[in-house]
Amino acid sequence: MHIELRDICKYFGPVKANDGISLVFESGRIYGLLGENGAGKSTLMKILSGYQLPDSGEIVIDGQPQRFSSPAEALGRGIGMLYQDPLDIPAFNVKDNYLLGRDRRVILDYKMAREELEEITARFSFELDQQASIENLSLGERQQLELTRLLVGGAQVLILDEPTTGISADQKDKLFNSIRKLAWEEGKTIILVSHKLDEVQELCGEALILRKGKLVGRSEVPCSNEELVEKMFGQVPLRGERPVYEIGAPVLELRDIRIPTYRLTVEDINLTVQAGEIFGLAGLEGSGQQLVLKACAGLVKTDRGRISLVGQDITHWSYQRLRTAGVGYIAAGRLEEGLVAGLSLTEHLVLSQPSHRFFIDWMGARKQIEARIEQYQIVGRPDSNADELSGGNQQRLLFGLLWESLKMILLEHPTRGLDVRSSDWIWEQLYARRQSGTAILFMSSDLDEIIDRSDRIAVFSGGKMSRILEAKKTTVEEVGHLIGGQA
Amino acid sequence: MKSRQWIKVVWPVVPILAALLVTSLLLYLFGANPLTAFDAMLQGAFGDQSKTLSVLAFWVPLLLSATGLLVTFTAGLWNIGIEGQIIMGAIAASWVALKLEAPSVVLIPLEILAAMAAGALWAALSAVLKTRGKVHEIFSGLALNNIAIILTNFLISGPWQPPEGGTFRGTEPFQEGALLPLLGESRFSPLSLVLAVVAFSMVVVTLQGTLWGLKLKALGKNLRSAFLLGVSSEREMILAMAFCGALAGLGGAVRVLSWFDSLRQSISGGIGFLALLVVMLANYRVFWIPPISFFFSMVLNGAISLQLRTQLHSSLGGILTELMVLFVILFGDAAKLGIFRKKNEHD
Repeated sequence: MHIELRDICKYFGPVKANDGISLVFESGRIYGLLGENGAGKSTLMKILSGYQLPDSGEIVIDGQPQRFSSPAEALGRGIGMLYQDPLDIPAFNVKDNYLLGRDRRVILDYKMAREELEEITARFSFELDQQASIENLSLGERQQLELTRLLVGGAQVLILDEPTTGISADQKDKLFNSIRKLAWEEGKTIILVSHKLDEVQELCGEALILRKGKLVGRSEVPCSNEELVEKMFGQVPLRGERPVYEIGAPVLELRDIRIPTYRLTVEDINLTVQAGEIFGLAGLEGSGQQLVLKACAGLVKTDRGRISLVGQDITHWSYQRLRTAGVGYIAAGRLEEGLVAGLSLTEHLVLSQPSHRFFIDWMGARKQIEARIEQYQIVGRPDSNADELSGGNQQRLLFGLLWESLKMILLEHPTRGLDVRSSDWIWEQLYARRQSGTAILFMSSDLDEIIDRSDRIAVFSGGKMSRILEAKKTTVEEVGHLIGGQA
Repeated sequence: MKSRQWIKVVWPVVPILAALLVTSLLLYLFGANPLTAFDAMLQGAFGDQSKTLSVLAFWVPLLLSATGLLVTFTAGLWNIGIEGQIIMGAIAASWVALKLEAPSVVLIPLEILAAMAAGALWAALSAVLKTRGKVHEIFSGLALNNIAIILTNFLISGPWQPPEGGTFRGTEPFQEGALLPLLGESRFSPLSLVLAVVAFSMVVVTLQGTLWGLKLKALGKNLRSAFLLGVSSEREMILAMAFCGALAGLGGAVRVLSWFDSLRQSISGGIGFLALLVVMLANYRVFWIPPISFFFSMVLNGAISLQLRTQLHSSLGGILTELMVLFVILFGDAAKLGIFRKKNEHD
């Protein structure tokens, strides 16, 4: 299949998301679509997969101009997209979910479904328990199911949007193997949307680079990372230097903490974070590190042990009380736990700041948010709604809403989904915070981030915390072993 | 672009027109002339001064309740229990009117305060059941509505029964000084309208200019994020419910102290549920609340004389209002129908 995008344009108000992009995709090849946050990758792929219509320009498949008004229509013509969050129904089991997209008859054909599922899972050595309910599947397994559904639906072109976010290394290898098989043996076209250079280098044959809505370059890969970075950002960004900082007195102390939940009990947690220290928590999703962070924020109950903040016992304090005491918390889900869709930036500022005034001083609040928009380089206006911002700008806004002086900052995945430049910027802000003695405790699934940014590291595996590692003296291998539960 | 904005402005009228159209069709099928019927309704609402005052008198408690609901809707709470809050307000006002003897200047403020307190407490109970007991406010509201109705029935057939014997219809008329001063021979009390206007203005200012209003807005849109931004969700939810309950209670007081002169079996007359429909029709557009509730009051009052003049049952008024709500829910949100393209989020 020969796909051509001709002069695709898509504007959102003054923002040119796609500004005249022309591209050709041939079958049997793996393309990497690269670009920093807001470069227009997702918009372009949403247009190709029928989720959005372009303002101008056309999609030509095998010489025929096409116009897709829905993803189903695009799939009918052989273009399928795997979204970052799989579109399945959690309460259903694997087979029902599969049938939901597959069977159009009144009576469901379970036998056919079982055979099709078995055939495909065997072909790509996926491991899908057909009876398992979606809730119990990992993100990686849900991706496999989604992929299966797209393939059976007749997809000749597969678009994968950041497919490796949140899946294990093992699942990633499996996914990459099946991608290679699809492209090289079955002649399918694969488009990998990513901002992880290593993945593009590992998997793709050609990298297409977008910047500010335009196609700014293409490279045969593998090539040097510098070449790609230069095309993505215009210049090679310098990795933020880690300022040296003398670590101070203990700020946060956990002693013999136990957190019981119905899924996992976290036990025997002992750790101390000192003023100006950056402490990283590593581990697979759901190993207990998030529970510990939330317990420190007053969002999860502990039933044993003691938490203290600068010597004061805060074990059973509520979130709001801890907030006033100088604990800042930024959760992983930006629009779920942090920002309110439909409220403007100004309204967010007013809500988040300590204020006891009855009437809102809208003029003053507007001035304040304008200052923060400037300081935190947020692409947005005071009356933009939070949900209109891109992911990176939402994260900047969350940092902009943190109070001025804090004893402690708790962070879940501070740079998830952000490009190199935005993550660097976020860490510069955090380094600046530590200078004034703020202790920082964060969790991340990015091992490089954990090792590069932390002073000390603790690794979680199945609710148990490892010995504490000095970041300077450890390696990715050592942390990797601890994540797998090997001491 | 210009014509689109124009459509957006007049859009709320479309469901009303559609409902009128369908009602006309119904009338036609029953062999009645729609024009005669609508004329009869209009005459019934504004035919003479007393009829117009009746529309106003019915409008005031409806406006009060809808105004209160605006607060709970903003906070994302489905205050179905508003009916019970109106009834509790009516009971509390009746209690003061029956048991205390004092000059009007003292008695009336006391009645109003008691009614507002009772409505607020009844609503707060629903809120506490939600925050502490994890009972959805729709279910506790329905239960509390029934309890309020049963309590009314118990009072008028038991302790507050008129001395001449139980009629199951109501208490004996209150002392003259307990009733709100009425305009002429009507059931309309100008004082109640003043209170409703004050309440409405207060709510407008609260929702648009105060920190509390902003907190409620955030709660209604995303409870979790609002909590993490520092909004104490439990406190604000209870306060929002109590605020609405107080206004509903005031509405209940207006019912017993001006529309009626005693506590009756169906004291609310379904005003609470009607107010829910008003707020749904208005769909957060604050300034649509007074005209819509006025329109409802007009239709329902007009429908009474419809029966007298055309032999059509007065429930036609109910059919008309209910159809309107259905049409609003069906195609009230123009964006959903794709008439205005929604701005899509971009990369």
